[in-house]
Amino acid sequence: MRGEGERNDLEQAAELFTPLLLTTDENFAPGHRACIGCGEALAVRHVCKALGTNVIVVNATGCIEIFSSLLPQTTWRLPWIHTLFENVGAVVSGVESAYKARIRKGKIPDRGVKFVGIAGDGGTTDIGLQALSGALERGHNILYCCFDNEAYMNTGIQRSSSTPYGAWTTTAPVGKHSIGQMTWKKNMPEIVVAHRIPYMATACPSYPLDLMEKVQKGLETEGPAYLHILSVCPTGWRCAPEETIEFGRLAVETGIFPLYEVINGDYRMSLDFPVLRPVKDYLRRQGRFRHLTEKDIDRIQARVDEDYAKLREKAGVK
Amino acid sequence: MTKGRLVGLEGSFAIAEAVRMVNADVISAYPITPQTHIVERLAEMIADGELDAEFICVESEHSAMSACVGASAAGARVFTCSAGQGLELMHEVLYIPASMRLPVVAVAANRALSGPLSVWCDHSDAMALRDIGWIQIFAENNQQAFDLTVCAYRMAEDQDVLFPAMVHIDGFYLSHVTEDMELPAEADVADFIPDYEYPFVLDPAKPVSMGCYGPPFIYFEAKMAQNVAFEASKSKILEVWKVFKETFGRSYEPVETYRMEDARTALLTMGSISESAMLAIDELRSEGKAVGLIRLRLWRPFPFAELREAVKNLDCLLVLDRAISYGMGGPVCGEVKAALYDKRQDLAIVSYIAGIGGRDVTLDEFKYMINRGEEKAQLVTLGEELEPEIIGVRE
Ligand SMILES: Cc1ncc(C[n+]2csc(CCOP(=O)(O)OP(=O)(O)O)c2C)c(N)n1
Ligand code: SF4
Repeated sequence: MRGEGERNDLEQAAELFTPLLLTTDENFAPGHRACIGCGEALAVRHVCKALGTNVIVVNATGCIEIFSSLLPQTTWRLPWIHTLFENVGAVVSGVESAYKARIRKGKIPDRGVKFVGIAGDGGTTDIGLQALSGALERGHNILYCCFDNEAYMNTGIQRSSSTPYGAWTTTAPVGKHSIGQMTWKKNMPEIVVAHRIPYMATACPSYPLDLMEKVQKGLETEGPAYLHILSVCPTGWRCAPEETIEFGRLAVETGIFPLYEVINGDYRMSLDFPVLRPVKDYLRRQGRFRHLTEKDIDRIQARVDEDYAKLREKAGVK
Repeated sequence: MTKGRLVGLEGSFAIAEAVRMVNADVISAYPITPQTHIVERLAEMIADGELDAEFICVESEHSAMSACVGASAAGARVFTCSAGQGLELMHEVLYIPASMRLPVVAVAANRALSGPLSVWCDHSDAMALRDIGWIQIFAENNQQAFDLTVCAYRMAEDQDVLFPAMVHIDGFYLSHVTEDMELPAEADVADFIPDYEYPFVLDPAKPVSMGCYGPPFIYFEAKMAQNVAFEASKSKILEVWKVFKETFGRSYEPVETYRMEDARTALLTMGSISESAMLAIDELRSEGKAVGLIRLRLWRPFPFAELREAVKNLDCLLVLDRAISYGMGGPVCGEVKAALYDKRQDLAIVSYIAGIGGRDVTLDEFKYMINRGEEKAQLVTLGEELEPEIIGVRE
């Protein structure tokens, strides 16, 4: 892959004009109750645009479900079901199996309906990991999207296993004996890849075209597909609502959240940075990292550099 | 009325036959003793092409019920079964089909709960599921296990019901025992359980939002609606049993009685133990004692009226529990007392706990319970307070 400066005219033109070709339909309707500047709400909106209308969405408990489904209203213009926090992998397996069986038995026609599971990082990397792993292992024809805002935001900013090292949360507070989260962020994309599913990708709504393209690829994949979507949460990250897009970009440009795909085991960088921005640019401006010392930041930098180098190696970029 | 074929079948296989004959679309289950034979048999049927269904071999009971919920919401006829710890792991999910009005059907092969670990039968697991909002029915033998599983689909899927239904069978006593029974012709079962359309199915052609978030201004009303509809389901349950009787000749009632004509004393039981209890009643009857048996078949919705009717001529009711509500006594007895309190404060109700963790209850013990129960009832009448009595435990 090339860096920013190396794009040809055609590519640049495509970036400029493609948004104009995007559907103006909002399958995730305006009027929901997310916080101002919510990266998850933005991500879900983009995802729903890319999904089209021939899908069924299964949602875990979490911010998205709460801000989109408060009775007696709904934000969903797509068929949508929420049951519990930890079982999206299993519920979506059931929905998919029901369609499969009923089509095979001639009870309904095959209209090519697709099945999508969505959950936060808590509902994916912690309590829902087992059900997700089961669904991936069984090979259901589903797309699973994890909206990673790096903590349990719905219950008020508690740490999850996807919370980054050094981040403040209410259950990993900063104190005399603690710098906040003491463990490193669980590498969920790699855990998914270890299931050897046909499609895994990371994405971020700060790169909407990339995100939508990946949603479409995931939908078209035969078998399980997984998207890990970084979703900035101004409320939990202690940053300004208007900085959401910028922080998404910074996470990518610093290598903290690299954008890549793994298609049938082959790694591909979606955006590659031979020279990364220093993580300091990202960490220093968020309240959740405010307490970190230079030494802490160096530690994080070293880890990011190491992980990024490994990833580039897997993707075969030099 | 149609006649079936006489066969010898294990209880688990009888249930698998029922699921095959109703032509389930999706089966999702996780193995646990003593339920395993049911899923194994179903997996075999699917592998041999005898049943066309998706078998989701999930990684836990929590996921088994979750997958059933998803499949049911997508319009499929579904089945799962579990026991003991498996039902407990399912517990969180069990409320979902009840509140979403999804006609999931499940069988529980009742088993004691840990610890110490026990695979044997009692009703602890069933009692932990009292308030999940499912139609719950207890079977006593393999014929009933088959019949009631078939009936469960017709009850659950009735458009005026749409509640999940669970059939309880005693683990090992029924699941692993071969009995002779009448197996109806497939076509007759298919007529009795026709394909159905779930009215609010997940379908892009007609999007619905299911399982929304209910703030205080609406949650209570939603729960009230659920309760009203659940109580109303009883008349439909009775209707299904009426049609079942007309079709297959076997009759079921929410509360069934045995030799109660002139009885002043009766024992109340649930599940397979009722058949042993009948033997004890016969023997006591031959000794000239006017005693009878009450079998509680429908556990939820609770049959208040039928129970009151059944006990109306009694002086003494003995309730046999196969579970302990720690620090309280027998859970069924507690419910029976609550159900009768308004109408029958003159009735002496005696609580027994027996048959825990697979401990057999002998004929002599039944006889003791009934004879001793009458003496206890006298004490109650004299104003004495009685603790539940535990039968069959070594001191
Ligand atoms: C079994 C269970 N445990 C705990 C909860 C409480 N709970 C609801 S949402 C949530 C956190 C959700 O976090 P995440 O999945 O990261 O999504 P987010 O809200 O951050 O989008 C928790 C802990 C629950 N609903 N169910
Ligand atoms: S808490 Fe965060 S993720 Fe949740 S709605 Fe607010 S901004 Fe969005």
